[in-house]
Amino acid sequence: MSSDSRSVYMDHAATTSVDPRVLEAMMPYFVQGYGNPSSLYRLGRAAGKAMDAARVKVAEVLGARPTEIVFTSCGTESDNLALRGTALASRSRGNHIVTTSVEHHAVGNTCAQLSREFGFEVTYLPVDSAGTVNPDDVGRAITGRTVLVSVMYANNEVGTIEPIAEIGKIARERGVPFHTDAVQAAGSVSLRVNDLNVDMLSLSGHKFYAPKGVGVLYVREGTPLQPVQTGGGQERLMRAGTENVPYIVGLAAALELAHAGLSAEVERLCSLRDKLIGGILGSIPDVHLTGHPTLRLPNSASFAFWGAEGESLVLHLDLAGVAASSGSACASREEGPSHVLEAMGLDATLAQGSLRLTLGRENTEQDVDYVLSVLPGIVRKLRAMSPIYVPDALRQVTGGSVRGTGAAE
Amino acid sequence: MYTDLVIEHFYNPRNVGIIENPDGYGKVGSPVCGDLMEVYVKVSNGHIADVKFRTFGCGAAIASASMASEMVKGQPLEVAGHLTDEQVAVALGGLPEAKMHCSNLAATALHAALENYYEEHPEARPSEQAE
Repeated sequence: MSSDSRSVYMDHAATTSVDPRVLEAMMPYFVQGYGNPSSLYRLGRAAGKAMDAARVKVAEVLGARPTEIVFTSCGTESDNLALRGTALASRSRGNHIVTTSVEHHAVGNTCAQLSREFGFEVTYLPVDSAGTVNPDDVGRAITGRTVLVSVMYANNEVGTIEPIAEIGKIARERGVPFHTDAVQAAGSVSLRVNDLNVDMLSLSGHKFYAPKGVGVLYVREGTPLQPVQTGGGQERLMRAGTENVPYIVGLAAALELAHAGLSAEVERLCSLRDKLIGGILGSIPDVHLTGHPTLRLPNSASFAFWGAEGESLVLHLDLAGVAASSGSACASREEGPSHVLEAMGLDATLAQGSLRLTLGRENTEQDVDYVLSVLPGIVRKLRAMSPIYVPDALRQVTGGSVRGTGAAE
Repeated sequence: MYTDLVIEHFYNPRNVGIIENPDGYGKVGSPVCGDLMEVYVKVSNGHIADVKFRTFGCGAAIASASMASEMVKGQPLEVAGHLTDEQVAVALGGLPEAKMHCSNLAATALHAALENYYEEHPEARPSEQAE
């Protein structure tokens, strides 16, 4: 079927390539401009200036002050600093954290540790079948002991965009700091922190065409935060360690590029995404679109196939030259199936057939056509050898909403 | 994470399908956990004359079913009864540790199919296996 050696990367939620313009911006700071920003002499001052300029660029995209930008090593570190740093700095005021049941493990496992080792109580809010948090639930969960609310901007597995501005408004009215993990959202939606009513926001460079190994935590002035990593006085005492100047320069260049051309790229990606979703739902029976039908990331298409296991789908797509991912138990490093699909109430067997296709800058309509040409045959092949596949069985487990709007009820 | 042999069996699985009116049938695993395997055997003169399987599962589950079916096809029942999941994994050049427990079910499924056969044909049960 696929005699050509086509190669299609459709896993941009996992990581992206480094944009050549980003790499070019970074290059002067490895061999020539390698100074330590803390050094007094010219070489150090030049590195410091490059970092200051990067900080200004990031602040501009976020509509924040440069002094509110903390550079970190990755999105996970940013989440750790936001949660652990705020929780531990607020112990005299309270011991309660409000988050959701669909967060990335960088948030979920940090909350679990704060609970286990520091006695914090954590409320994990439910989501509806589309993966959306109800802002009213946030309001109801906040108590006089709540020191932090953390809700992701957009879900990494199913692409659902959460009502961040509404949740932020509620948290602010109650005087509780609000953090959002915007790692998947960056490069797809607005990151204006004042529109979003957020006090802290996590970013990861490699999700928007900067290299792996650099991230950002935005911290609104006045937010209680103590450092997690201690040492020298870098990043206004919030994150010790010599700054990774070339990567910080790269992250800023990448964020600026992504958000300068945002509306055109979002329109292009939405069109490709909708063609992909429509094509898959239209050509393959017994498939369920996971996540919100419309309030989802422009680049994210995620599905659950009845009777075809996720890792097997990914391996067959790989043979056809398509890189994609799955949240099935077998495809992930976890013990059980996806905690996100479970929280959304998806049937446990159906959740084993999950497939995520996430588009990016280099994807074309031909790429979408190619995936649509190979995927039906792969699903057919796996179902033919599956002892559980019975045509139309999905209708029973999803209450009739086979053609997939997760928000059916 | 998978050996070339696992990948080869995954893409070209042997003995996939069902046997109408099998002499033995076994099913193990759980679709909720992501791995379910069923095995059909046809027995002739104390040998596995034919074996077919169907699998809902990951690469390791499909490859181990394929490998196990090759290892026992044409073999005496006694030999097939001694096949272990570990032997199947070794024949595949190894499986990732995380897959050993949940996905490497082929020998267990085969034993279930043989037990199903011995229920109808107790006289065929190899004496050392009699319990």
